[in-house]
Amino acid sequence: MKRLSVLLMVAATLAVSAGGAYAQKRGGELRFAVSAEPPDYDCHAATSFAFIHPVRPHYNTLLKFDEPKYPAVKGDLAESWTVSKDGLTYTFKLRRGVKFHDGSPFSSADVKATYERIANPPEGVRSIRKAAYADIAAIETPDANTVVFRLKQPNASMLTNFASPWDCIYSAAKLKEDPKFPLRNVLGTGPFRFVEHAAGSHWVGRRFEDYHVKGRPYLDGFRAIFIRDTSARVTALQAGEVLAEFRGQSPADRDKLVKALGDKIEVHESPWVCSLVVTFNTERKPFDDARVRRALSIAVDRWQGAKALSKIAIVRHVGGLLRPGYELAAAEKDLVQYPGYGRDIKKSRAEARRLLKEAGVPNLKFKLLNRNVPMPYTHVGVFVIDQWRQIGVQVEHELPETRAYISNLRGGNYDAGMDFNCDAVDDPNLQLAKYISADRSPINYGRYNDRKLDALYDQQKGELNPAKRAAILREFERHALNEGYTFPTIWWHRIIVHWKEMKGWYMSPSHYINQDLQDVWLDR
Amino acid sequence: MLRYTIHRILLMIPTLLGVAVLVFVLLRLMPGDIVELRFLAEGGQVSPEVIAAERTRLGLDKPMWRQFGDWMTGIFVGDFGISMWTGRPVVDEIASRLELSMQVALMATVFAIVLAIPLGTLSALYKDSWIDQVIRLFAIAGLAVPSFWLGMVIILVLLLNFNWIPPLTYTPIYEDPWTNLSQLIWPAIAVGYRYSAVATRMMRSTILDVLQEDYIRTARAKGVFERLVVARHAMRNAMLPVVTVIGLEFAFLIGGLVVTEQVFNLNGIGKLFVETVTRADYTMVQALVMLVATFFILVNFVVDLLYAALDPRIRYR
Repeated sequence: MKRLSVLLMVAATLAVSAGGAYAQKRGGELRFAVSAEPPDYDCHAATSFAFIHPVRPHYNTLLKFDEPKYPAVKGDLAESWTVSKDGLTYTFKLRRGVKFHDGSPFSSADVKATYERIANPPEGVRSIRKAAYADIAAIETPDANTVVFRLKQPNASMLTNFASPWDCIYSAAKLKEDPKFPLRNVLGTGPFRFVEHAAGSHWVGRRFEDYHVKGRPYLDGFRAIFIRDTSARVTALQAGEVLAEFRGQSPADRDKLVKALGDKIEVHESPWVCSLVVTFNTERKPFDDARVRRALSIAVDRWQGAKALSKIAIVRHVGGLLRPGYELAAAEKDLVQYPGYGRDIKKSRAEARRLLKEAGVPNLKFKLLNRNVPMPYTHVGVFVIDQWRQIGVQVEHELPETRAYISNLRGGNYDAGMDFNCDAVDDPNLQLAKYISADRSPINYGRYNDRKLDALYDQQKGELNPAKRAAILREFERHALNEGYTFPTIWWHRIIVHWKEMKGWYMSPSHYINQDLQDVWLDR
Repeated sequence: MLRYTIHRILLMIPTLLGVAVLVFVLLRLMPGDIVELRFLAEGGQVSPEVIAAERTRLGLDKPMWRQFGDWMTGIFVGDFGISMWTGRPVVDEIASRLELSMQVALMATVFAIVLAIPLGTLSALYKDSWIDQVIRLFAIAGLAVPSFWLGMVIILVLLLNFNWIPPLTYTPIYEDPWTNLSQLIWPAIAVGYRYSAVATRMMRSTILDVLQEDYIRTARAKGVFERLVVARHAMRNAMLPVVTVIGLEFAFLIGGLVVTEQVFNLNGIGKLFVETVTRADYTMVQALVMLVATFFILVNFVVDLLYAALDPRIRYR
């Protein structure tokens, strides 16, 4: 009997956390906080979560992530799809009966127009993720419910790309009238139609009654409230003025809310697709010497650091170049073989001192450029400086405002920099772009070119067999960490606290996905 | 008086021009710009071509003198430009926030005046008594406590005792006065307390000075009631510096409630200021600085004119 009740409890918990097939209630307005605000309304030109959280509920994408099975994908506007054996042809069957919020019908022409806008933006249109679709040779629409993408070469990340939360499907008719239409207008097929954006204050969406998924959305609407100040956001959450904030809370704020609200709230935690990485300006001496870079990498005790910092900052996980826990990431047994990941820190530090001496810089002094954002930049910056101090390296911590920080990092006006690698999804093509040659990657601030890394990057990108791709990734990782141009410190840890009455929302390792609110409901 | 007024108005032009040059140059002295911030602050893999195209679109690739010329020409024809961040006219962005900031400033001013004038006067009249000590303690505490901290305390008290915080979004007073006041009364108190403390101290010291004047002694010698001496002769003359303080504080409140607006999540000019400076939105920052500078100059001008109304001996030529 006791066993049965335990089983029932587990089943009930699973049903609740999955927002599954039980007693969802219809109605109510979900109020949530967003710490920043979208500057305009064009998904294809946006880069911030502050855009995704209020805007994504108005749109559908071709595919989306299967929330409980992340990183698996499922159809959003696509009903089904096939991929040819050679990986060069992707054929999507689209859902029927889908309408835009203005009542116009959705068809394959809209998908074609959308992806052509992303891959080949017309004059005056900004497309941030153009590179992700550079392999597309042609988009065909044999009928109103079928769209075929033909690629120039295989790309193992193509399905992930099609599930990108940024690739909102726009109306072909509207784009034809004005390619910049989405910049100032919100017209999608998503579960909520746009009502209002009060600049600096809030964003409102209301249920789209003609939404193509029967019975969805459950909510009457949502209201995103822009609250810039962290303590004001936490207070609003504590007072129940907002039920959630979807980017993440610090450990201290989580503990405060748990203490104040007890069982009225739920706490979700996950490794995050974000890491802080140390990058060296390889155009400056002595950082052009791999021995110096490697010495500085292996002097950092990531294992102890992760344990200590997780108590005060939003970092917790030791990982390689891909997020710990991701299916293509290095397992711990691989990690400990890489330079900088050994468990014996004394041995590593002795080796670091030897390398610095050999490179002729036993008393190295330099400046670490870091971002003036306390959580978690300052914490991690202080941590690595202390780690380096333990091998006799003296480092000055420079913390300019974000604007100057980015400018200096990008312009090569630094010795070593605390850079970040944060993406919408787990995808080697995205996460490894930081490490390939500067003449290929706009986000390589180390200013180096390494053709071996470039070749391995291209190889993994075209490898459709996951096991073989993983093997190439390990080789990439080993080489990158040996060279130490840029090395990860500690991966971020995402903490979401929300009121229990909000149901049907799924935690993920990214603050950019699972935000269409289609299945979210209020248990009131 | 007319000549003086015209002279003061004409003086505003070089003052504002100086402010314009200063803000324009200072903004551009810092490394980095809005384009890098917008596309790279969250790790976007944006190509240098996109960044260059965006700079061209915003006119950031033009020489500085040309950018300044474009801005000045725009102002001259009443076009204050487009926000580089949102793409909306800066006038619209400011207008949607000005109403709230003006209301908080007005409420805080009323709160300050209602407290400061009687308290300052009482404190002076009962100098060194327990009444004076209590009022001075109240005023010193007001000066010592930052408004935003008081705001945080107010929110915590409301949250912990009533499980309630002021509304997070603004409702105009003409739509729903109760909701409007339930949001804005708290920041008005938080800001008005410091404001009243400054004015109370000023009122007390000027009343004390005025009470030593010959004309007060003369009035008393003539047998005028003490109440009339204070109200008609002392307070009126003591008001001059107090009016100056009130005017300057009011002008400051329009753009100066930076932290208090963050604490209460008020969508006002102060919060907009912080956001636009952080984003390096040149056109918005320039417009906001010009707005606040104009406001300061106008308030000073009005205060000077008020002097003449308060003190018949003052005549401007």
